[in-house]
Amino acid sequence: MNSDPQTYSSVVSIRNLHKSFGSNHVLRGFHLDVAAGENVAVMGKSGSGKSVLIKCIIGLEPIDEGQLIVLGKDVPKLSVRELDELRADVGFQFQGSALYDSMTVRENLEFPLRRHLEKIKGYRAEDLVKEALENVGLLNAIDLLPSELSGGMKKRIALARTIIMRPKLILYDEPTSGLDPITAREISRLIVDIQKQYQAASVVITHDLACARITGNRLVILSDGKNYIEGKYEEVERMTDPVVHSFFT
Amino acid sequence: MLRHAATSTLLLFKNRLVVLRLLRQFFVTTGQISQFAARYWREVWFPPYEFQELLKQCFLIGNKSMALVGTTGFIMGIVLTLQTRPTLIEFGAQSWMPAMVGIAIVREIGPVLTALICAGKVGSGIGAELASMKVTEQIDAMEVSGTNPFKYLVITRVTATTIMIPVLVIMSDLISLGGSAIVENLKGGVSFTLYFSKVLEFLQFGDLLPSIIKSFFFGFAIGIIGCYKGYTSSRGTEGVGRTANEAVVIASLLVFVLDFIAVLVTDIFYEL
Repeated sequence: MNSDPQTYSSVVSIRNLHKSFGSNHVLRGFHLDVAAGENVAVMGKSGSGKSVLIKCIIGLEPIDEGQLIVLGKDVPKLSVRELDELRADVGFQFQGSALYDSMTVRENLEFPLRRHLEKIKGYRAEDLVKEALENVGLLNAIDLLPSELSGGMKKRIALARTIIMRPKLILYDEPTSGLDPITAREISRLIVDIQKQYQAASVVITHDLACARITGNRLVILSDGKNYIEGKYEEVERMTDPVVHSFFT
Repeated sequence: MLRHAATSTLLLFKNRLVVLRLLRQFFVTTGQISQFAARYWREVWFPPYEFQELLKQCFLIGNKSMALVGTTGFIMGIVLTLQTRPTLIEFGAQSWMPAMVGIAIVREIGPVLTALICAGKVGSGIGAELASMKVTEQIDAMEVSGTNPFKYLVITRVTATTIMIPVLVIMSDLISLGGSAIVENLKGGVSFTLYFSKVLEFLQFGDLLPSIIKSFFFGFAIGIIGCYKGYTSSRGTEGVGRTANEAVVIASLLVFVLDFIAVLVTDIFYEL
């Protein structure tokens, strides 16, 4: 388990979060607090609303009810401009990497930089791109197109694009899905390295036990749209509750 | 007998329901496309302006359609001349060939043919590209990086088609007339200078202007339909193919509807 969290004030504070799609009530009163520098792994069955949760955190999905405060800002009340400013401090890694097909790796990484020039004052974009690629060990892929990359490389490049803005909070949506166990472990370790290097808090949505164990300082199990249980990975693993047990067998 | 009447009534009722459902779908889609187009006009004036992406799209649309539009225009000029030549000769009106071909191409064939080709090539391309970006969460990725995807993807593409389709129409018109001039030169011994001077003699500003104006509308319609279908695509990868197909069908239909309206409006102006 990743056991090196730092104690800061709360980066994400969610209270009684509700979200529905028509008659499908996905989140039914979810709570979550993430401290600065802390990695929280959220596990749950497919369709339990894990991805919806982090899309709500970044403002991609509007919430129906509840309180959602990210980096001190009340997300549902933010204007489009304020939301854009908040997003400069929040990184999001998509399940399918979501690299822009028509752009090279360099252009993919430069894209968010061009949108937030004030945030990179004093730095050269080229240096930031190279630094981010070095951190994920793929500097040699700088001029390749996403179609020329393997699944694991795409995840790494997406991670580089996420960290290039030096976010205070990173949201990972199934960072190891579709990868072989060795590459999945490498990505999980990379997430921990990034946490240490950038001092960023993270919410890692996963159903990969190894990923949750390696990356999470704390594990939250989401069931029926609510926090079913939470605690350190080892504590949760030892529980005899049948729902919790079903995740570990 | 009674049973047959009841079955027929039920069938008629079902058919009416289907028609009503189709009508409802038609009006809902028309409303949504209108809202999408209204959003374009609301947002196009305000920064940030994505000039680099606009130039890239203009280049892609113009450059990649040039060969197809040019070839089709050239063949159309030749075919039109070859097909009408015998009839004109029969009436002793061969000297009217440049005027007839010129007016037909500039007023109607050039703009409509180019727009239909672009609806197929550009409209489906935009639809499929945006749909695939939506499926693979690239549009969401753009949004979380602080970029307004509507401005970056939709406004640039719609503006590019609105600018480039008229350019392609003018190019197609010239190439079509070139094809026609070659036939006249080879078959009737008419020199190129004489042919084009005759075309210019008969063509009026009133022929050229409505044609160019309606080309802008065609370009806008092709761009907005492609973007609307792509931007609102659903059903995963299956939806990408469906989107491309629907974008072509709706854009092509809209080209004919707009052409019909343009001809009616032009006719009113001519009568005045």
